[in-house]
Amino acid sequence: MTFWNNPINFIGNWLTGVLTSWHMPAALATILLYIVGIVVMIIFAMTLDIGLVWVERKVVARFQDRLGPNRIGPFGLIQPVADIIKMVIKEDITPAGADKIVYNIAPVLAATSVILLWAILPLASTIYGVDLNVGLLYIVAAGALGTLAIIMAGWSSNNKYALLGAFRMVSNMISYEIPMVIILLVPTILANTMSVKGITQAQSGMWFAILSPLALLIFLISAIAELGRSPFDLNEAESEIVAGFHIEYTGMKFGWFYAGELLHAFTFGGFMAIFFFGGYGGFFGLEKLGFLTWLNIPFVQALVFIAKAMFGYWVIMWVKYSVPRIRIDHMLAFNWKFLVPLSLVVLVNTAVLNKVLITLPSWLYVLGMFGSNILIGWVTIEILRAYGRKQRKAGEKPISPAQPQEQVA
Amino acid sequence: MTAEQIIFLLTGVLVLGSAFMVVTVRNLLHAALWLVASLFGVAVLYAILQANFLAVVQVVIYIGAIAILFIFAVMLTRRQLLESGRQTRSSWWIPALLGLLILIGLVSLILSVPGLDRTASAMPVGLDTVQALGTALVSPDAYVLPFEVASVLMLAALVGAVYVASVDKK
Repeated sequence: MTFWNNPINFIGNWLTGVLTSWHMPAALATILLYIVGIVVMIIFAMTLDIGLVWVERKVVARFQDRLGPNRIGPFGLIQPVADIIKMVIKEDITPAGADKIVYNIAPVLAATSVILLWAILPLASTIYGVDLNVGLLYIVAAGALGTLAIIMAGWSSNNKYALLGAFRMVSNMISYEIPMVIILLVPTILANTMSVKGITQAQSGMWFAILSPLALLIFLISAIAELGRSPFDLNEAESEIVAGFHIEYTGMKFGWFYAGELLHAFTFGGFMAIFFFGGYGGFFGLEKLGFLTWLNIPFVQALVFIAKAMFGYWVIMWVKYSVPRIRIDHMLAFNWKFLVPLSLVVLVNTAVLNKVLITLPSWLYVLGMFGSNILIGWVTIEILRAYGRKQRKAGEKPISPAQPQEQVA
Repeated sequence: MTAEQIIFLLTGVLVLGSAFMVVTVRNLLHAALWLVASLFGVAVLYAILQANFLAVVQVVIYIGAIAILFIFAVMLTRRQLLESGRQTRSSWWIPALLGLLILIGLVSLILSVPGLDRTASAMPVGLDTVQALGTALVSPDAYVLPFEVASVLMLAALVGAVYVASVDKK
């Protein structure tokens, strides 16, 4: 074991040696190193978060045909630092009638629920917090804490807009949790494990995005809903309820919600990479070739993972800045009448075909899985088209053809 | 005392303390939040016992669904969140006595289990607890019948909820 193929354990062993040579009990040294590891992971995530502020602002500027921050530092790179200084020195206001303790816990819990996800995020084959055998459920559990934080913020602010935002957020998250949980079972079936690292390793030959593109699409939609980003940003709809659940928060307390949201989006980009694009690996077996073995170096794997996660994050931003907000009844109908049945069909299809086709040669297996997804997608679109036509016909009926039709602006 | 015992004691204090707060605080929403803390403590206990699946499911179901629905219902239905009435009935000693009896019964039952003072053997290396649980839930000589009966019950609850909530279209 050298620094280059197992950096975390290498540093850990070295530090344990140093601490025990200072006559520290081995158990205490282990606990101390766990704490150090957690702090380093959080610092890494939060430093990345500062960078994400810049990325988000630059990308939204591109989508809206602007330049974005470009005054402070080269390409505006120091802008996030200026943002943070501004947030920290702003006045901290607690509204009259707010429930002080709950009001102050909420932003911390919101950021915590995101950072908890980093415990199971494998950056490389040897750089990860913990390899849980219930990793996928852990993601859902951390999301539940995020929902709780938003309810606490909305209720304790003692503000009607904040409360409305919290209500919308709860109905949103509880509904979209269901297709997400169902669709997370697809990678579980394909990889035969719920461990996040196991799912990554199972994709070393073939990405699950190719085996089940529909699952990827449903995961993307329910992830965006879980994040509360446009078109599902009803919880903070600026034009209707001002800023929703965080309307009363100022300074760095607002900053925690903002930082949490950005990091959450990036983390879900990372999970998309892990579940469907092979995470840190997934080079289709290329890494076994002699001149490409450097792909197995943990630092290269971490770079590959961050690049894939950035792609997922970019797709989420692309949707956010291109699609307008949808109405709450449409949002719920879309979930319950479309996404849930579709995800159930995809799940059953994956479960059955995976058992039937697994005995066939691998190219036929991949073709069968991919083809069945395309077939389901095609049938879905045909059903939607027939339904849309029926609705249009029903809408046209009351107007008799003799009457002159009113010009619709 | 090992680190595990310290964590166990702290978690026990958290669970019992927040459970006590649930029934004593006057603000209904605070009571719901204390309930969340108590349920979270139970999840930590499961994690200490290396029951990963139960720990995570405890958070998903009890905090993610049930507690949040409690809070939702409280926020939607109550205009006044502060309870001002008396918190005990005049016959409070009857349930207290019953509770005490149940406690004595449970403690004596636990004490009568043979080999109580032995430490548990370590988990076999490489045992996938989730896989073992899944196999047990669908194998005929384990829990397949209770599992199926429970799912029928869930289905009945679902159908009932849809029937109650459906608008009568006449």
